[in-house]
Amino acid sequence: MLGYSRLSSELSFFQKVKNLDFILIFCIILIAVISVLVMYSTDGGEFLYHTKSHLIKLLTFFSLMIIVSFLNIKFWHITSYFFYFIVLLLLIWVSIYGIKVSGSQRWINLYFIVLQPSELMKIGIILCLAKYYHRIKLKNVNSLISITVALSIILIPIILVLSQPDLGTSILIASSGLIILWLGGVKMKYFIISFFGFLISLPFIISFLKPYQKLRILTFLDPDRDPLGAGYQIIQSKIAIGSGGINGKGFLKGTQSYLEFLPEKHTDFIFTLFSEEFGFLGSIGLLLIYSIIIFRIIRIGAISRSNFAKLFCFGFAFAIFVYIVVNLSMVLGLLPIVGSPLPIMSFGGSSLLATMIGFGIVLSAKINHKQMIG
Amino acid sequence: MIKENLNIRKTDIINRRMFVIGAAKIIIFGGIIARLFFLQITENKKYLTLSDKNRIREWKLPSVRGNIVDYFGNVIAGNLKVYQLHIIPEQVENFNYLLSRLKILLELSNKKISEIIKLRTELKPWESLIVSENLSWEKFVKINNHLYDLVGAKPVMTISRNYPFSDIYTHILGYVSEPNEEDILQNETIKERFVPGMKVGKLGLEKKLEDQLIGTNDIQRYEVNAYGRRVNQLNYQKGQQGSEIRLTLDTEIQKLSAKLLANKAGSISVMDIYSGEVLAMHSSPSYDPNLFLFGISNDEWELIINNPLKPLINKTLSGLYSPGSTIKPIVALSALENKIITPNFKVNCTGKIELYGQTFHCWKEKGHGTVDLKNAMKQSCDTYFYETARLLGVDRLKITAEKFGLGKKVLAKYFDIEKQGLFPNTIWKKNNLGKGWVLGETLITGIGQGYIQTTPIQLCLMTALIANGGYKIEPKIIVNNEPLSSLEVKRNIEAQKLINLESQLVKDKRNLEIIQKAMFSSTNEIRGTSYRSRIDNPKYQFAGKTGTAQVKRISKRERELDLKIDQIPYNDRDHALYVAYGPYVNPRYALSIIIEHGGSGSATAAPMAKELFKLIIDREELRDKQLNFEKINI
Repeated sequence: MLGYSRLSSELSFFQKVKNLDFILIFCIILIAVISVLVMYSTDGGEFLYHTKSHLIKLLTFFSLMIIVSFLNIKFWHITSYFFYFIVLLLLIWVSIYGIKVSGSQRWINLYFIVLQPSELMKIGIILCLAKYYHRIKLKNVNSLISITVALSIILIPIILVLSQPDLGTSILIASSGLIILWLGGVKMKYFIISFFGFLISLPFIISFLKPYQKLRILTFLDPDRDPLGAGYQIIQSKIAIGSGGINGKGFLKGTQSYLEFLPEKHTDFIFTLFSEEFGFLGSIGLLLIYSIIIFRIIRIGAISRSNFAKLFCFGFAFAIFVYIVVNLSMVLGLLPIVGSPLPIMSFGGSSLLATMIGFGIVLSAKINHKQMIG
Repeated sequence: MIKENLNIRKTDIINRRMFVIGAAKIIIFGGIIARLFFLQITENKKYLTLSDKNRIREWKLPSVRGNIVDYFGNVIAGNLKVYQLHIIPEQVENFNYLLSRLKILLELSNKKISEIIKLRTELKPWESLIVSENLSWEKFVKINNHLYDLVGAKPVMTISRNYPFSDIYTHILGYVSEPNEEDILQNETIKERFVPGMKVGKLGLEKKLEDQLIGTNDIQRYEVNAYGRRVNQLNYQKGQQGSEIRLTLDTEIQKLSAKLLANKAGSISVMDIYSGEVLAMHSSPSYDPNLFLFGISNDEWELIINNPLKPLINKTLSGLYSPGSTIKPIVALSALENKIITPNFKVNCTGKIELYGQTFHCWKEKGHGTVDLKNAMKQSCDTYFYETARLLGVDRLKITAEKFGLGKKVLAKYFDIEKQGLFPNTIWKKNNLGKGWVLGETLITGIGQGYIQTTPIQLCLMTALIANGGYKIEPKIIVNNEPLSSLEVKRNIEAQKLINLESQLVKDKRNLEIIQKAMFSSTNEIRGTSYRSRIDNPKYQFAGKTGTAQVKRISKRERELDLKIDQIPYNDRDHALYVAYGPYVNPRYALSIIIEHGGSGSATAAPMAKELFKLIIDREELRDKQLNFEKINI
């Protein structure tokens, strides 16, 4: 056990590079390239603000990912709680001093970047709970105290994010957190009981929703209710995707996009544009790349010796999966519109930063997969 | 080791649960792919259509109306380039400056300026604002020269209706103008092709033939963005000009008719007696249809509606007149057909006859002495026809009159405004006035007075039917695919080919010949009423019958009174009438002339026939050459 520990800490730079998961990196680069092309298309086929900014962020955060990956997984184990608390503090900071944009107070201006701490919390919650379930004794997993602590870890940031208000991110944070609980061994019956509890209290929760959130749900149920108002986004998105057909309209030829029928085309609806221009085959291809990424992350988790690395990888893989599913379901009209970016593709620094840090930690786990953590 | 074991157990749980999640992930991704498949492949067509509907807008442009040409192909309603000035608001740098410049250059009124300002607020910034619909060439050049100073102004050349012969065809063609709500609601074609700025027929053939004349719109297809702004033009679909309509009219004869009727109220119509083609049809006074194209000014409109000679009324078709003595050929014919009289039947005219204490005057106070049929016709002896009518009776007269087109519409196919006229009989009076017929009424009907009302076109048709030997024809004003020309019809009649019971209007053709001879003598023999207007050259020689109607437009009440003449100067002056056909030896044309309050038919109307026949017959050769002119299907 000591031996292993010594061995991994003695990994040379060359060994570390050799240990990187190149398939995963390749897939990330592939999606990054696609995202730049799509961003270029949203700018109307010109190298303008969104493309430039996205490219710069990609390059910066990709480098950051590599740096993160070279840090020993132990470092992340040690700093997990700290990371979580820092992000929590940022969330509190946001709720007091945050920048307000169209009714939501989500951002902190750090001058070189406008940071959205709730995005970082998506990683923070996984790190924190991974460490928590790594350390907790198996027999205590289902004890009242430990469940209470775990739920508190999830609930505190969620309450902060919900109050911004940001329903989409809260759901993503909650699902990332809950999946760690599940992986960590919390009994199935608790999940089932709380699921029904949730269903029962749903009307009560709905009464707490902001009017615009209720409207989004109503719109989801029937987008044609108000085709030029609330339903506009989803209708136009479906038209764009549907009109793409098998092969798509071709790069830079997405009429829905360049004629400005598509709202939020740089961010949440980036897939719509992609799907319009590259069609069903392109969309399948993109999903395939994402699937490979998820699969690689799971595989890294599977070969990792430490439960912390396992929990983080599995949790992060699930989180990525949920982001993709929620985003795609939203633009495909399967879910109500909640703000949720598509990992790597969507324009937005914080989401990209969080995703890249996540990948960095996963790669670190890969490099140090033999590392045991006490 | 226990700790190790526990750790391994924990790892097992994690791995096992991960496997469950992995399976769930595959199912969910499968669902997403299924949704993608549904949207992009199954429903692709639907969304593609919706996407095109989003991005493609069509702009219709006014269609180009078909030309209307005369028999010889001369354009009588055509299209002319007009020059317009538009403003594209979004291109304007300084709207007030532009307006002030335009105000000076185009001499715009303050009212017009405020109209433009109001229009601007109603339009999208990229939509054209029409400042001037019809610029003179001079102003158009002026604008073009100052264009550097008029940012946002756009000179435009477009096409507009044009009537090169001004007022001589107005009563036939009508005119075009911007459609009102009623026009759009009543005509599906207009509704479908409506574009702001388009012109539609308001009257006459322009209205009646709208569907053929209107043409199809040019269509511009633009790609637009979400805000409706045009991004680029996808295609331009050229519309088709409306069909060309060829009329049977001869512009030269029409011009002469207009000249003869200048400054008078009246009507001239000329018809081919075999083919039924109307060669000329003019109602005077007329008005310039070009005035209506861009909205008639108030002053000009006032001038038209306040003209006492009623330029807006098509007197040829809807003017109702007592036929006066022009009815006499029909009275005589009816009496002959019914064997009431023979050509040798004689009446002694003493200037008046008395019947049940009522006196009926002949126009010649001294009387004509003893006259036979021919002489009675020639000198238009009223006494002879009182007597003939008395013997004949109004009911039998009406049957003959109706056969010859009286009391029936002639060109109803083309003109909605045509009036039917009236030929009374005993039943009519009982049904409409609730009183029994009086014999005196038969007498005055015999000289074309009383209840009887005819339109000039009816008198023209009546004369044509007398001239062609009582063969029924169908009057027309549009050249159609009728295979038979005038000469062919004539040949067929002579060969008795086309004659069946229905198209043969008389029982005995000899009776018509008697009438024809009488009409000839009326024009060509001494003491004939129109002797002074005769032409001796057999090429032009014509036969006719004068008429002097004792009333102007008579109201029902006036009609019931026994009318007295010469009371008020113009309005109670007699209408002058003349009907004729020619050339006598080989007839081909019939005409009717009516001059409202023109005095006597022999003095005013008959001399016009002389001029007309000269021209008509001179143009016969030219006209026959036009037979093979491409016939237009209608």
